[in-house]
Amino acid sequence: MGIDPSYAGRTFPASEPYEVSRVKIAEFADAIGDPNPVYRDPDAARAAGYPDVIAPPTFPIVVAMAASGAVVADPGLGINYAMVVHGEERFDYSRPLHAGDVVTAQATISGIRAVGAMTMLTTSTEIRTVDGEHVCTASSTLVERGAA
Amino acid sequence: MTVTYQELTAGTELPSATYPVTRLSLVKYCGASGDFNLIHWNERIAKSVGLPNVIAHGMFTMAQAGRYLTDWAGDAGALVEFGVRFSAPVVVPDDDSGAVLELSGTIEEKLDGNRVVIGLTARSGEAKVLTRARAVVRLS
Repeated sequence: MGIDPSYAGRTFPASEPYEVSRVKIAEFADAIGDPNPVYRDPDAARAAGYPDVIAPPTFPIVVAMAASGAVVADPGLGINYAMVVHGEERFDYSRPLHAGDVVTAQATISGIRAVGAMTMLTTSTEIRTVDGEHVCTASSTLVERGAA
Repeated sequence: MTVTYQELTAGTELPSATYPVTRLSLVKYCGASGDFNLIHWNERIAKSVGLPNVIAHGMFTMAQAGRYLTDWAGDAGALVEFGVRFSAPVVVPDDDSGAVLELSGTIEEKLDGNRVVIGLTARSGEAKVLTRARAVVRLS
C-alpha cells in the first residue's frame, strides 16, 4: 500500500468559511514569540495602513490546514501520516490576512512523485475571501518515508 | 529606522538575529496552530521514532524566519513570496535554555516595484535547518 498516484491533479472541495479573529491572531503571535504591535493593536495596524490587526506571514497555514488536512485524511489517498514529514512550504501573497476576513481554503494535489523509498506529495491551497478575492496560496510538500 | 529600497544593493547582508526555542514555545505553538503531532512535545514518542529528542514544528522555524524578515523590513505585511525547505530538525532539549535559531540573510537581487529577493540562512547549533529559503519583500 502506498499513495495512490491517480490523485495527482485532484481538487478538493473548499473548506467551510473561516473567520479570522483578533484573538486568534494575538494567540498565534504570542506562540511564535513575535511582539509586533500590528498583530495585537488595531490602532497600530491602522497607522501602518491596514484595516485591522494583520496576521503574521505564516498564519495562513492555520487556515490551509483545514483544507489540506482533509486531503491527507482521505482514505483513498492511502497516506500513512505517521511516516510523514513536512518537506517544504511556500506562500504567495496578494495581501496579509487581517482580522475580520472570512476566507475559504481549497486544496489541489499538484503532484505525487516517488523518490527511492519516499513519496513526495505536493499540495497547493488557495485562500480566498468568501467574495472571491485571492489572499494567499500555500504550497506544501509532504514526504512519506517508505516502510523499511 | 526603516530600510529603503534605494539604499540596498545586491550582496548586502542583513544583520543576523537569534531566537530562542524552548519546550514552552512548542507547547504554545501546538495550541495556536492546531498541530499536536506527538514528536513536538512528547520525548518518549520522539525517541521511539528515531529522533534525538523533541523537535520544533517546521512551521515554527519558518515563523521565526518570517519574523526576521518583517522586523528587518519594518512592515509585517511586506512579504510577497516566502518559501523554505526543511532540511534538518531543530532539536529542543528539556532544559532551561532549549535551542537557539540563528537567522541571517543576503539581498540576492533587486526587482522592479521596490521588491528585493532575500536569501535566508537558518542554523540551530551545527545544523542548517532551512535550505532554499527565499523571500520576495516589497519595501518603501
